Order: sequence, then structure tokens, then C-alpha cells
Amino acid sequence: MPNLYDSYVQVNILVLYATHCFPTKCIFSVSHYRLFPTSLGQVISKFSVRELHISFTQGYRRTMQWGQTFLPSPPGAELWVWFQDTVTDVDVTWKELTNVLSGIFCASLNFIDSTNTVQPSASFKPLGVGNVTDQRFLRYAVLPREVVCTENLTPWKKAGYTSDLCQDWQCKSTAWELRQTLNVVFDLHSSGQSKREWSLFKMFSRTLTEACPLASSSKVDVTDNPQGELFELSPATPMLSQAVVLGNRRTYSQRVETCCALYFTESAMCQATGCRRGRSTPWCTTTTRTGPSPSSCWTPCPGTCVSTSHTLTVTSKGRDNKPSYIHYQPSKDRLRPHLLEMLVQLPPNSVIEVTVQFERALLKWTEYTPDPNHGFYVGSSVISALVPSVVAMDTNSTQERPLFSSFFPCKEESSYFMQVYTEPLLVNLPTPDFSMPYNVICLTCTVVAVGYGFLYNFLTSTFQVEEPSPGLAKRLANIICRLRGVPLL
Amino acid sequence: MGLLSDPNRRRALTNLLTRLNAPICVMCYLAGVAWFMGLAFEPFTLRTYMSENAMGSTMVEERFPAGERALATGREFAAHKKKVGGMPVDWLVKTMQSRGLEVFTQSFTRKLPFPDENKERYMVRGTNVYGILRAPRAPRTEALVLSAPCSEGNNNNQAVGLLLGLAQYFRSQIHWAKDIIFLVNEHDLIGMQAWLEGYHHTNTTGGDWSPLQGRGGSIQAALSLELSSDVITSLDLVLEGLNGQLPNLDLANLFYAFCQKIGVLCTIQGKLQRNDWDTTSGYSHAAQTMMLMVLKQASGRPWGDHGLFLRYHIEAATIRGINSFRQYKTDTTTIGRLLEGMYRKLNNLLERLHQSYFFYLMPSLSRFVSIGYYMPAFGLLAVILLLRALDLWVQLGASPPGTEEGLAGGEQPSSPGVLSILTPVVISHMTGVALYTLPILSQEMAVQHFPVSETEAVVLTAIAIYTAGLALPHNTHRLLQGEGTEQGWRVLKLVALLYLAVLLGCTALINFSLGFILALSLVPIAAFITPHTPKALSAAIMVLLSPGCTLLYCVFLFQELQETPVSLQDGWMLFLSVISQGILDHALYGSLVYPLLALLIYPCWLLLWNILFWK
Repeated sequence: MPNLYDSYVQVNILVLYATHCFPTKCIFSVSHYRLFPTSLGQVISKFSVRELHISFTQGYRRTMQWGQTFLPSPPGAELWVWFQDTVTDVDVTWKELTNVLSGIFCASLNFIDSTNTVQPSASFKPLGVGNVTDQRFLRYAVLPREVVCTENLTPWKKAGYTSDLCQDWQCKSTAWELRQTLNVVFDLHSSGQSKREWSLFKMFSRTLTEACPLASSSKVDVTDNPQGELFELSPATPMLSQAVVLGNRRTYSQRVETCCALYFTESAMCQATGCRRGRSTPWCTTTTRTGPSPSSCWTPCPGTCVSTSHTLTVTSKGRDNKPSYIHYQPSKDRLRPHLLEMLVQLPPNSVIEVTVQFERALLKWTEYTPDPNHGFYVGSSVISALVPSVVAMDTNSTQERPLFSSFFPCKEESSYFMQVYTEPLLVNLPTPDFSMPYNVICLTCTVVAVGYGFLYNFLTSTFQVEEPSPGLAKRLANIICRLRGVPLL
Repeated sequence: MGLLSDPNRRRALTNLLTRLNAPICVMCYLAGVAWFMGLAFEPFTLRTYMSENAMGSTMVEERFPAGERALATGREFAAHKKKVGGMPVDWLVKTMQSRGLEVFTQSFTRKLPFPDENKERYMVRGTNVYGILRAPRAPRTEALVLSAPCSEGNNNNQAVGLLLGLAQYFRSQIHWAKDIIFLVNEHDLIGMQAWLEGYHHTNTTGGDWSPLQGRGGSIQAALSLELSSDVITSLDLVLEGLNGQLPNLDLANLFYAFCQKIGVLCTIQGKLQRNDWDTTSGYSHAAQTMMLMVLKQASGRPWGDHGLFLRYHIEAATIRGINSFRQYKTDTTTIGRLLEGMYRKLNNLLERLHQSYFFYLMPSLSRFVSIGYYMPAFGLLAVILLLRALDLWVQLGASPPGTEEGLAGGEQPSSPGVLSILTPVVISHMTGVALYTLPILSQEMAVQHFPVSETEAVVLTAIAIYTAGLALPHNTHRLLQGEGTEQGWRVLKLVALLYLAVLLGCTALINFSLGFILALSLVPIAAFITPHTPKALSAAIMVLLSPGCTLLYCVFLFQELQETPVSLQDGWMLFLSVISQGILDHALYGSLVYPLLALLIYPCWLLLWNILFWK
């Protein structure tokens, strides 16, 4: 970890695999281990992965203050994978892949199983060159409780800083891409630096001496803060570049050396709250200035909560906002989570509120975590939106993917794709008191239940004195006696 | 088993119970009262101890330095409050923002069912301002709340100042794992209610509030701060919340531990702890402290702004600064350090506070009586009802062969029984419903016809219905049957006894104090009332022990214990205002004491009244 004063850490790895190659060559064989990390390459070829997104995030991105992040991810660990269409049993491959990745990244990804894996139908699209969207080959899972630690960073560091790799030796078409991003927000306020002054040395405890020897380009970009205070860059650089980031034009001062970037933008805010009556309310404020934008909202619900789909309400500006498309997959108890996806129109400058009620499930005795009173996490919802861009469409942008522009969806189009994650929820389920009195109550109830049966029986039944029935020999003797006319025995 | 299955021994046992019923009941009653009074005796109580590991073993340092600056902020707040003539929303927003918080406001309006004369409000309109200190690297799943009310006049300015000072100081610290919400609420509990309902997105009492723009996850604990002077002599801890709910005992332990560590005088119910438990005065001091807690808990109303948090399963308490004539003074820096320490420890919590007790009474801040110790006191009173019921049951079963009617007597309890029992039960409950609904519904009519204010109209209507109930239903069975039978009142009394036992039992489980006080007054009359006792004397005793009169005694006792005794006239006025507050608490915050008394306890008492006048 960089140092104590960061409020938000996000580590992303993204492997993209191009498909517009010759069919014969599409069988993955990585020979570029000089540049591409072996560990990842082997995994990808073994499990026939087309795209792999993995992110570890600690903290919540305060989009109102810090602006939208370029590769959004929810708090905790997130993994979503597009498999190639050659994979026959996706679920088995997914299970194996998560276990292998768990070992590579030293994270609890092995806890991903069918209870927290979903197959979203509309919210995710492949970000790579290959644009096949067959949802059968997509798997998505979030572990909201996962924390980021240095152990996750070590493999990330070892993975190298590769950008694009070519499939053919002439390097005519892009075949590979490995993007690694580290997103850190520093809090100058709490580091006690009252002077608004910072340097790379202060933040990372080391200076920049040279560019990455393998890189073809390495840059430090500093935003020209358009609305805030003026600041001076030292040493000054004459290079200014313009780029369109999330529909806003930004000016950057560039200093060629290494790859790391700092940005500020403003966008949407999303929140979720849980309450004791069991209602999940992700809601989102749009501060979009232009017309309505379609967006799909996706709400996961863990198997521990039984959500009731008829209670779904979507309101904006106090009115019902009927989703034009709803995909609902109910859960199976302890097998599959809920999945709710819908397409909603976001009016500009409004708050949209999505409410689903759920019942808190009673867990089995062994299903409680060691800290049951902490609560159970409900993963973040995702809002994917096509937001109209402020900048007019620029047709000059081409297919080329330099590092900078590929970080962000920065093609100057009339709209850009954006994803926002809500914060995870902490839900308190009914928890028994796992302590001595609880055990005493259980024991007492058992004893009472056992004793009650006898007592009830005694109290309700009437007692009669019954003559013992005579034995067989005696009965026979009596019959004989009666026949003979002598008194009975 | 053998004892009950053997008819002879069973008869012997029932004979014993019937013969010795009255002495056993008297013994139980005395034992129950004695047990309860013994709870305050120190050797019988337990010393408090911290159960939560996350708060116990960890060390925190308290370094809050800026008490003087906090006071200056408080004075600035007071000046702005005076200028605006209410909550200085803009100033607060600006100040909180400059301290690095995410600031949001919430506006709310509330129309009271009738004017509140104690606080002089009817149409309430206000704004809550809160700032969230986001914990670095935390995903907004958990939060702590520190609140200070923006009160009328010159009260609580120092609390707001200290709140802002702490916000600034906490902002520069890096070890927060939970978001901390700094809330300044207007119109005390009404504002708090609006904020909490907005936060949890519920609406239980029909208030009108704007939705919250910023949240911080599930709230783990909350403290409300009340501070009206620059220096204080002691800090008072207020625990009693809505419907007699109490926060986890660990919260009280935490407060006590830090008061001991930092060296601040701390009190509970405004009473200092004494060491001379073996003297009479020492015992009576502890008993008074406990009685105050029992009375406050029984009232079912929130005794501080924290009281509404408890409904949402959030552990909360109010810390109130008291400035008396004592020499030893504590300055604001020290209180700031105390709060810092408490929040640091709450921040360390891995789970919600759940390890310690939720049901307890405190005879002093370092001693507590757990539910296992105080329940027998109630149990001894409740068993009287069951014994009397058993006695009646035996009498009902035994009397037909004993009496001369023979077969006719055997049939009688079944055929007239249902109607003659059902009629008084239904009529008593109808009276209860009238008592519950009519005071508020008929206030306009009452104001038009009598020269009273609306509040007085509500209270006097309630008292009028209560008194009218005494005259109304006690001869109802005669409408149907002409003459009430001997069997009839026995069955009715059996029903009333079991009904009362269930009612009191349930009440005591939720709110022990309320259940115990009601049992104390209702059990004797329920046990010994028959149509054959002298009418005038019994009627007088019954009226004196009715729920309404019990409330009156409680008012006087409470004033006596608080060392502010009142004259009869003032006590009566106080009694009236307590009734109006009870009705208001029910309408505003959903307190359950008024509906419980009106809809259940009062009809039950009317049933007993009915038995007395059975003919």
C-alpha cells in the first residue's frame, strides 16, 4: 500500500483477447512470455478465457467529490469473465478458474460459487475487440467483504505493464491487451498537510528517475483543474494535451516518464440503504444536463434474503417510472442468487429510486459466520448508462488503442458508456444469541417439551381401576365349571 | 407426576392450595415487594464489567486539544442562531463543509394532533443539518452518530460547538473505520424522528420529511450530547428510550470506564454514586436511583434525543453536562477527550454491541441488576393471579355437587356463561376504545362548547371518559339475564384474572418497570375483589388503585425522588400535562404506553369493577 493517507485503493487487471484472427490461429498459444506474464497466460489458455476482469477495491469512490473513476468497480473483489465459445461446461470452468485465480492473487476468490455467481443479460458488455455478446459465456461475481492487501499487489506487480500484444509476428492486428490500473486517492486533509502542496515523493516515497525500460511510452498526466484553485506544476512542462474523458473535455499537462494519472470529474451518485423492515433501496441522482439517458440497473440479492419481486417500485420525480425491460431470475434456496435487471430511462436532474422488499431468511445453525452480529453483506448494484456526451462527435477517432485513450471510453462520440456501482449493504439477519443463556434456553425448552408430554397425558386422561383379565387356563376351567354347574373359580 | 396422577394426592394438594390460598397470596405479594426493594442493596447486585472484547482490551489515546476553540465556535453558533431566530442552517452547512465533511440537510414539517403546551409548538417546521466524515478505505457500510440538538434559547450551544470541534479534529485522524455522522437536529425528538425515518426510509408515524441525500451505512452506535455551560461539574448518562428500551449495557460501561479514566464525575439519574452501601442512607440513595430509573422506564417515553435510535436496534445514549455548585469543574477539552475515547473504542467494534445485557436496572453507574435477578420480583406478584385463578377453578369445579341445586347448578355456568361473560368484556373494551380515540377526535367540539384550550380539552375528555367508565358497565349482564349468578361472577373473575396475568406478563417482558408498577397496584384488587366484600370500602380501594391514580402517585413519587417536591395543585397540573404528553408521544413517536393503558389495562380493571357490583 502506498501509505496511510489514502482513502481509496483500487487495483484492476483486465485481460482482453481479440477474436478477429484467422480461425486456425484462434487456439490460444502464448509465445510472448517475454512480455506477457506466464502465470496469467497459462490460466487464460487453459480455461479458454476471452476476457477477464478482476478488481480489488478498498473504500468507496466518492463520485460527488472525486469524479467518476475510469474503470469503476465495487468495494471488495469483483471478477467477471467472458469465456470463449469453445467452452462446453461454463460453470465447471468458472469454478476451476476462480480457484486458480484465488491462488494467484492470494485472495478469497475460491469463495465464489453458484450462490454468488450471476449471468447478467444486459448490464455488461465485452470491452475488448471481440464484440460477441452471448451471455451464456459470461459469469460475474462480487465478494463485498474482501479487503485489499499487499499480497494482492505482488502478483499484480509481477504481471508487468504490458499494453498490446500482437497475434501474428508481423504485428498487423492487435490480439492481446493487458491493462493494469492502480487507482489511489490521497487525502491531503488527514495527512496533516495544511499546505495544498504535494509531490510524487510525498505520496509514493520515491521519485521518478527514468521511464520504464520496456515501455514505448510512459507519461505523467496532471489535469488542468478547470473549476478549482490554480496550481503550479513543477517542473513545468510545455506539453498540453486534450482528451475527452467521460463526455467532458479535459486538458492535461504531460510529462513523459511513466504511467500514472490523476483526474477529477463529476458525475452521478448512487446509494443504497437497508432498513429493518427489509427493504433494499438503491437510488441514484443524475446530474446529467442533457436529455434522458437509458440505463440498466442491476440489483443482486444474496441467497440469505428472499426478495419479493411484486414489491419492485421504480420512482423518479415522485412518479412511477416503469422499466421498459425487466429480467428477473428468482433465487433457489442456497443454490442461486436473485438477479434483477431492468432498463430504466433516467430523466435529467432527478433522483431515481428503486425499491425491492425482501424477507430476512432464517439461516441454518452452521451457516452463521463467526461474527454473525456484524451483519451480512449484500453486494453492490450496478447502474450502466449510456450518457450523452457534452462534446460533439469527432469522427477522426480511429481504432488505434494507445494506452491513454484506451483507459477511458474516450472516443468522441455523442454518448459514452458509464457504469456506477452502489455501495454494498450490511444487513442484519435474525441472529440467535450464541452464548450461554441461549444454550440454556435451548436445553430448558427441550426438557420442558419432553416433560410436558407426560404431564399433559396425566392431566387429561382419566384413571380407572381395571380388573385383570383371567388367564387362558383359568377361563377354560371356568367354562368347565359352568358346564358342570359348580361355582366358578 | 405421581403427585398429580394420584387422585388422592391431587386432592390433598388442591385442598392445601385452596385452604392456604389467601395467606400464600399475601406472602407472595410481600415477598415480591421485598425482593424488588432488595435489588438496590449492593451485595445483591453485580458490578458492571465490559463484555465486548473489541472495546475492552484495546488501548486508545485521547488527545483532543481544542476545547477553547470549540467553545468559541459554540458562541459563534449562538450568535447566528439568535440572528436567524432558529437553526442557522447556512452557517452550519458552511462551517461543516469547511471542516471537511460531506454536508446535507433535511427539512421536515409536522403537525401535532393538538398543541403541545410544554414546549409550545403545534405546527413544527425545521431543518436537520448533518455532516458525514467518511472513513478512509471503508466502503460505507457502517456508521456512528454524534448528535447535538439545536435547542431554543441559550441551551446546548456548547454542545454544537463541541460537536463541530470534534468533527474538525476527527477529520484529521486516519484511524476511522466507520463513517461518523455529525448531526444537529432541530426541534429535538421531532427532528430526530424525521432524520431517522429518512435514514431508514420508513414512515411509521406519518411525518412529512424530505429524503436524505447522503447516508453512511448501518448505524452501529449513537451518542447525543447536551451541554449548556462552558464548564461542568458532572456528566449524566441517560439511557431510557422509547417504550422503555435500553441500550446495551456495554455502552454504559464504556461511558463509566472513560469517566473513571479521565477523572470526570459521572452520574446516572442525576445521582452520584456512594460508597456507604451498608448504611441506611446509602441504601436509600441506591434505592432512589433505581426507583427513578424504574419510573422513567415505565413512562415509555424517550428521555433524551437518543431514545428513538433504539427502535432501529442502534445502541444509543444521551450524555448531559450538569453544572451545579460543586467546586470541582471539568472543562470542554476534557469532555472532548472523553468523547474522542468513546468514539475510538466504538470505532474498534467488529460486531454490533450485543455481548452485554439489554435488560437491566441500575442502582448506580457501576452496579446493575440483570433480568435474571429482577424478574422473580414480578414473578412473585404474577403467581398470585395464577393461584387465585386456580382457587376459582377448583371452586367452580367443586361447587355443583356441594350446592343443593344439583343438576341445575351444574348446567348453569355453561348456558348463561358465554353471554353474561362476553357482554361485560365487550363493553369494557368498547369503553377502552372510546378512551383511546375520543379525546383527539372530539377536541374541536370540546373547544367550541367549553372555555378550555385544545390541550386541556384532550386531557379533560380523557379523564371524563375514564370516570364515566366507572358508572357504565357494571350492571350490563342484567340486561340479558336479570340476575347475575354466583357462578357467573366467578367465571368472569377467572377470565379477568387470566387476562390480567397474560397482559402483565407480556408487558413485563418488554418493559419490566411498567409491568411491575401495574402489577403492584392491580394484583391486590384482582386477587381479593368479590361481590361480597363491603361495597363502599372496596370501591374506594379500587378507585385508589386504578391505573389513573397509579399514574398520579407516580408523578408525585417521581418529583419526590428528584428532590423537587410539588404541592397538590402543581402535582395535579403535572398529572394533566403527563397525560397530554403520553398521548402526544404515542401520536408523534409511536410510544405504546397510552394505547396499552387505554385499550387493555383499563378494560381489564373495568372487568374487576364489574365483579364488585355484580348482583
